Order: sequence, then structure tokens, then C-alpha cells
Amino acid sequence: MSKTKYILGHFEDPDDLMHGIDKLQENNISIYDVFTPMPIHGIENKLGIKRSRLGIGAFCFGIAGTITAFSMIYYMLVYDWPMNIGGKPAFSFPDFIPVMFELTVLFCAFGMVGTYFFVNHLFPGRAPRVMDLRATHDRFVIAIDAKHNPYPDKINTLLKEAGAVEIKHNERKYVSYE
Amino acid sequence: MSSHHESILREPLVTGENITYAQVTDDILVPVENKPNKAWWIGFIVSALGALLWVVSISYTFWFGIGAWGLNKTVGWAWDITGFVWWVGIGHAGTLISAVLLLFRQNWRNSINRSAEAMTIFAVICAATYIVAHMGRPWMAYWALPLPNQFGSLWVNFNSALVWDVFAISTYFSVSLLFWYTGLLPDIATIRDRATGLRRRIYSILSFGWNGSVKTWQRFELVCLILAGISTPLVLSVHTIVSMDFATSVIPGWHTTIFPPYFVAGAIFSGFAMVQTLMLVVRKVMGFENYITMFHIESMNKIIILTGSIVGVAYLTELFIAWYSGAEYEQYAFLNRVSGPYWWAYWIMMTCNVISPQLFWFKKIRTSIAASWILSIVVNIGMWFERFVIIVTSLHRDFLPSSWAMFYPTVIDVCVFIGSIGVFFTLFLLFLRVLPAIAIAEVKLLLKSSSDQAKQKLIREKAVKADHAEYYLESLSKFDSIPQENEYAKN
Repeated sequence: MSKTKYILGHFEDPDDLMHGIDKLQENNISIYDVFTPMPIHGIENKLGIKRSRLGIGAFCFGIAGTITAFSMIYYMLVYDWPMNIGGKPAFSFPDFIPVMFELTVLFCAFGMVGTYFFVNHLFPGRAPRVMDLRATHDRFVIAIDAKHNPYPDKINTLLKEAGAVEIKHNERKYVSYE
Repeated sequence: MSSHHESILREPLVTGENITYAQVTDDILVPVENKPNKAWWIGFIVSALGALLWVVSISYTFWFGIGAWGLNKTVGWAWDITGFVWWVGIGHAGTLISAVLLLFRQNWRNSINRSAEAMTIFAVICAATYIVAHMGRPWMAYWALPLPNQFGSLWVNFNSALVWDVFAISTYFSVSLLFWYTGLLPDIATIRDRATGLRRRIYSILSFGWNGSVKTWQRFELVCLILAGISTPLVLSVHTIVSMDFATSVIPGWHTTIFPPYFVAGAIFSGFAMVQTLMLVVRKVMGFENYITMFHIESMNKIIILTGSIVGVAYLTELFIAWYSGAEYEQYAFLNRVSGPYWWAYWIMMTCNVISPQLFWFKKIRTSIAASWILSIVVNIGMWFERFVIIVTSLHRDFLPSSWAMFYPTVIDVCVFIGSIGVFFTLFLLFLRVLPAIAIAEVKLLLKSSSDQAKQKLIREKAVKADHAEYYLESLSKFDSIPQENEYAKN
């Protein structure tokens, strides 16, 4: 058995890459992941990746911000220390709205981006798990797990047919660790 | 298809022959991966001296108190708040470009959004320094926050527009920073994967471990879209609330309902002018002519005409409503603006903001780089005077004629202002040096659909109607980055 862990197919053009994915899937070869220097529209449907639920999370964070702001202002201005300002009611709801809006946006933005970083394991100082250094530059890379798909020659031919410009058989999963 | 279809009639967003994905990265990273050139150093030294002037004059202000400024008991707000509103307004274009133009699917934003967002952040930093400085006792700045304090649980007054402003500006700054940095992650990863040694380590930390997998990109796009969606009302709310600092008072000349839309339009107007001022220089010095094209310049000029005209209508509406209101104090405030001791400031404002941007109706002027640059500076000057006129002319002749006064800036006033411009440019030049000034990944998205080479290929393959192709080729004549004698297009 060969020591190859991952087979990487390099493409120079996103359309060729999509073609390559089709070819591999027709032949029942599972794709580990695809690394690209830019977002490729429509690729998640091809790879069967579900729609992200981050939007729902963002909405909940936003509502949490609204509720936080309202309860904070209500507590401070109406419950804890109501002030007599020209005899007007302490519960002056229209005046609460600007700060409620700002905190909605603040909570939504930070909550959503925080969740995004959490689910994708992004945080400062994390060792980058990069399978090919050119995938952030000019190459569109399909990674195939060689252990799950133990027919390297067939994969080579399929990738070449689809227009791959380079095929690598890597014995290490990540090249970025020093 | 990985790229959307685009009509041949649309002008190209990326020009140049044989632009590959690698070429895009290489071109944009030239300033980041090489030693800076002479122009950068000259600019940096001048701005750093300006920043130093700011440090000196702001320290002087803190040490001696705001008596160092030209304020008096009648004019209690002058250059400080003028500077604050001016900087916040400038910041608005960055969010507008990155958020509103994203929602409207204006792809031309892709090549200017990164620098414009950086501009937003640095402009808001400059604005924030004014806020802190004008408090007089900046070590008490935390009093603006709703914290329980030693006097008992006396809270800040949420009925006050100034408290709203604290929340608006801090939310705006932090969300803009978040939006900017999240967008930067893929580009920082690009630098990381090309660098070696210490640079790689630093960019590796900054990149948060980005690897460009399908799920990262899928969620990244959603995050950017939602951030754009919430930043759009945010940016409108910020200048609305800034305008309410004035509009919720009872000072004639400030107490008007037109202020929020009028301030927002003015903010976009001045922000685009500042983007234009910066981009025209960046494009020349950094050699980004193929990415920031004449189409971008012209589009920004069109936004400047639109927002400049809205601002003009707002000025005239104010005058009309002052007369129509029948309130004599309101009428006098405006009569005093137009023809009082500050008439010259009012007419500088009118000329720079309303009259001169109308020159952009001429195609020759709005596609001329020199004219666009000069007019963008004129707009910046005009918008500074707008805030000065609103603030000082409404205050200097107050309710009691015996306390009428004039405002004269001191040297410290002037130095704080010039210094804040130095701080802004120092930060901006450092940004150009260490981070990509154009969003690399987003420009790559345009390459297959909106670039000149892709369109020329379609024309060569006769995949488009001949009259459409001709229309497209004609539209190229204004592009300075496409050699006009070039006949490759015609075959």
C-alpha cells in the first residue's frame, strides 16, 4: 500500500474545477475538501453542503441585543432611578429606540462573526492547516483522501481529463506545519 | 458556471491583457512584499510629522484644558465638533461602499472597498479623538457609559442624543473594524502562504488559520452579506444620531427635522470625495490602474453629483423653511448665515458643495483624473465649512445681543486639526504598506465575467451581437489604462 495520504488536483480555472468535481462524483470518488483562492458560487450544492444556519444565529444574537438594551434602559431610567424631566413620563419608549437599535447591530455582528470563527476554528495564532500553499494564490485545489479511495491511477486520469494542471500525491496532510 | 453572466454592454472592471489569477495577487501585493518607494517615504514622513504635531497640540490641550482653544462663553462648540462631524462623515463612504453597494450587487465596489473601509476606520479614530479631547477632562470619559457610580446609581440619561451618539459611534467603529478584518482574512492568508520566516509567522497569527476550504468560503459569504445588511441601517443611523446632537436642541438653525437625511447625504458626499482623493493617488503610486479603472472614478463622480445635489436641495430647503416658518429667530439665524459676519464661510460652503460638483455633469470633467482629484479636495473643504457654518453661525449670535461674539481659532485649534489629518494619513500609509489595499479574492471573482480580456474574448469569438460589441469598444475610449491605439480589439 502506498504512503500517499491525500491526492491534490490543481486547476487553473474554476470552471475546470467544477468539471473535475463532476467527473470524480460520476465515478463515486469522494472529495475530502476543495480549497480555492476565492469563493466559488454553486460549489456547495455540488458537494452537498447544506445551507449555513449562521443567519438564524445572527437573528437570535440581534434579538438578544434588542432585549438587553431595552431591559438595561428600562431598569436604569424607569425602575432604578426615574428622573422627573419636565414632568414627562420616565418610560419614554421612543427615546429608547436608538440605543436598542445600536445594541441589536452590535450583538448581531459580534455574535455572528464569533460563531463563524468558532465553527470554522478561526482564531489568532491558530496554526494554518493548509494542504497546498498555492490554494490561496492562483490554484483551485481538489483534495481526495487516498485511503478512502485507493485507486490513484484512476484518480490521476480523471483529474487530467478534467483539465488539472498538476497532481500531487502528498504523504502529509498539511504542508503548512514547520 | 462559477461566475455569473454579465452583459457585454457593461464597462470592464478590470483592464489589461493576460491578467491571470496569479497576476492579480502579484500586482496587488507589490507594495506589501517589497520595500516602499520614495513617494511612500515622503508621504509617510510628512504625515508622521503631522501626527507628531497632533500629539504635541493634544497634549497641550489636555495639560492646560480646553481654554487652549478659541472657545468662549457664547461659542462653546467650534473647531472640535466641526472636526468630529467632518471625520465621521468622511468615514461613511467606506461602509456605504462595502455594505450598500454589496446589497445592490454593484461589482465595482470589489476593487475599492478594502481601502475605503480602512479609510472609514481611520477617519472614525480621528473623530473619536475629537470627542475625547472636547470633554476637557478626558480621564472622565467613562462617565458617558451607563456605569453605576459613586453618587449612587445615577445612570446616564438615555433621553439624550449625546448618549445615543456614544452608542452609535462605538458600535459603528467596532462593527466596521470587524467587517474590515473579516474581509481581510483570506487576503492575509494569501500573504502568509507566499511569505517566509518571521513575516510568515506574523501573518500566520493575523490570518486566524484561514485555509480557503469550501465551508469557510460558504459561511464567509453569508457573514459578509449579513454584516452588509446590518451595516447599511447602522451607517444611516450613525449620522442621523450625529445630526440629532444638533437637531434635538432648541437652537435656531439646528432645530430642524431635515437634519438626519441632510447629514447622511452630506456624509456620503464628503466620504466619496475623500475616497476619490485617496484612490486617485493610490492608483497612480501603487500602479493599480488596471484594477481601479476610469469606470470606478466615473461612478464615484456620479455619486458625488447625486449626493452634492441632495445637499444643495437641503440647503435651499432650509432657507425656504426658515422664511416659511414665520419664526423670526429662525429667519434671523439664516439671514445671519447668508449675510452676517460669517457670510464668506457660508458662500465657500455653497460654492464648494453645490456649485462646483455640478461640473461633473460634463463627461470630459468627470473622466479627467486631474479635475476629479481637484474637485474632490474642493468638496472636502466645502464639507468642512458646512459643519463650521452650521455650528458656529448658529451659536455666535445667541438670544442676548450683549453676549454676541465671534469665534477665532487659536494656534492649538489649527494644530489639532492639521495634526488629525497627519494621524489619518500616517495610519493609511501604514495600512498600504502591510495589508493589501485591494481585496484580492474579490477582484479574482471579477476576472472571468467583468474583465476587459474576458469581454474581448467574447467579441473575438463573435459570441455577442456586433452592435453590442461596437458599443462596448466605444465605451473603452475613456479608459486611461487601455492603450487607445491598440487594435487588438478590432480583429
